[in-house]
Amino acid sequence: MSEPRLRILMAKAGLDGHDRGVKVVARALRDAGMEVIYTGLHQTPEQVVRAAVDEDVDAIGLSILSGAHMTIFPRILELLREQEAEDIILFGGGTIPEDDLQELKRMGVAELFTPGAYTQEIVEWVRENVGEKAAGGSAAPS
Amino acid sequence: MVTETTEEAAARLVESLLKGNRRAAGRVISAIEDGGDAVEMLMRALYPHTGRASIVGITGPPGAGKSTVVDELIRVMRADGRAVAVLAVDPNSPFSGGAVLGDRVRMMRHATDPEVFIRSMGARGHLGGLALASHNALLALDAMGFSDLLAETVGVGQSELEVAGTADTTVVVVPPGLGDGVQAIKAGIMEIADIFVVNKADHPQADRVVADIRDVLRMDLKRPEWTPPIVKTVATAGEGLEDLWIRIRQHRRYLEESGELERRRRARLEQEIVEIAERRLREQVLRPRTATPEFRAMLTDVVERRMNPYEAAEQIVPKTAAAG
Ligand SMILES: Nc1nc2c(ncn2[C@@H]2O[C@H](COP(=O)(O)OP(=O)(O)OP(=O)(O)O)[C@@H](O)[C@H]2O)c(=O)[nH]1
Ligand SMILES: [Mg+2]
Repeated sequence: MSEPRLRILMAKAGLDGHDRGVKVVARALRDAGMEVIYTGLHQTPEQVVRAAVDEDVDAIGLSILSGAHMTIFPRILELLREQEAEDIILFGGGTIPEDDLQELKRMGVAELFTPGAYTQEIVEWVRENVGEKAAGGSAAPS
Repeated sequence: MVTETTEEAAARLVESLLKGNRRAAGRVISAIEDGGDAVEMLMRALYPHTGRASIVGITGPPGAGKSTVVDELIRVMRADGRAVAVLAVDPNSPFSGGAVLGDRVRMMRHATDPEVFIRSMGARGHLGGLALASHNALLALDAMGFSDLLAETVGVGQSELEVAGTADTTVVVVPPGLGDGVQAIKAGIMEIADIFVVNKADHPQADRVVADIRDVLRMDLKRPEWTPPIVKTVATAGEGLEDLWIRIRQHRRYLEESGELERRRRARLEQEIVEIAERRLREQVLRPRTATPEFRAMLTDVVERRMNPYEAAEQIVPKTAAAG
C-alpha cells in the first residue's frame, strides 16, 4: 500500500504575468514530500475550485499580487461551500494590507503570507496545519 | 457522527460517484491511490459499472507536447459530444517522494466544463503497481459515465510502458529533433504505438521524423491488419487534431470489428489477476516465512556455504507445493 500523501493545489489568480514565487513554493513543498498540483497563471475562482475538487487536494495555496484578494478569496470559500468541499484548506499569499488580512482570516482563509515570508515558513505551516495525515489528527487551521 | 464500516463508506462513496458527484469521484481516486483494503471494497462497487469507456493512452518523451495535444484533443472530442476524463500520470518523483504535477496547466481552459474531468497522478509508493492504480482510477471515471478516457504518461521507463499497456489505443507523440531520431525512442514505445503523432510539425525536422517512423514501420511485420498511421500536428496552433481524432475512432472501429478489443482486454485482465494474486502470495505466504529467526539462521547457513540457495528456497516453498 502506498502511504497517503498530502496533495496541495497551487494556483495564481489575477492578471500579473509571472509565477516565479508560486513555483518556488511548489518545489519546496515537493521537497518536503508533498504532491503539488500546479495549475498555472490567471486562474479564476471557478477553475481553482473545480481543479481542487477533481484533484481531491487537502489544501489550496493561492497567490494574488494584483489586489483583487477581497473578491477572489471570498469567492473561492463560497464555491468550496457550494461543492461541499469546505474541508479543503485555503491559504494564500500576496500584498495584502493588515485590515484585509484580518478580514479574510475571519471569513475562513486559514493563513496568508505576505511577500516577505520565507519559503520554509510556508512549508512548515502547511506541514503543521494541513491534513490529518500530516498533523496526526488535527486538521484545524491555527 | 454515525459510525459506519469502511465497506459501507466505500459503497456510499461509489453510489455518490455514480450519480455524478465529482467530490466523491475525487475521493474515490485518492483512496485507490492510497491503496489498502479500501481499494477492494471500492472496486467491488465500481466494477459492474465499468467497461463502457474507450481508453486512449498518450505517451512519448518528455516535452514532446503530450499535454498540449491532450488539451486540443479534448476540444475536438467535446465538439463531437464526448464526455472526456483525463488522467495525467507523472511517474517521476525525486528522492523526497514529492512531486510537482503540472500537466493540467495546459488544460485549464477545460477546467470548468462539466463534461471534462482532469486528474493528476504521481508515482508515490504504489506497491500494487502504478499501472494498476492508474487503471483503477480510469475505471472509476468510466463508471462515472465518461465516454472517453485519456491517459497521459511520459514514455521513458518500464512503469510508463505498463501504464500505456492498460489503454485500448496507444498514441505515441514524437517531437522532431530528438538527437538520435526515432532510434532514441524506439526501444519499447515504438512497438506499442497504434497511432503516431509527429507533433511540433512547425519544426523543419518534422518530415525527417515522419520518414524515420515510416522506415521503422516497414520493417515491422507483426501487424497485418492495422498499420499505425502517422499524424502531423501543431498542437500549439490546434492543427491536425481533427485528423488525430478521426484516426483514434478508426482504430477503435478496427479494434471492435476485428475482435482485437476483446482480445486485448482479456489479456490485460488476465495479467491483472495474476499480478494481484502474485502480490498476495508475496505478502501472505513469502513474507511471513522470511520474516522469521529461522530464516535468518538459514541465510547464515547459505552465506557460510552449509546450504545452497535452492535448498533454502525449498524450505520456504517446497517443490511439491509449488507444483500442486
Ligand atoms: N513549436 C511548437 N511547440 C509546441 C507544440 N506543442 C507543444 N509545444 C510546446 O512544447 C512544450 C512542451 O509541451 P507539453 O504539452 O507540456 O509537453 P509534454 O509532452 O506534455 O511534457 P511533459 O509532460 O513534461 O513530458 C511547451 O512549451 C509547448 O508550448 C507544437 O506543436 N509546436
Ligand atoms: Mg505533460
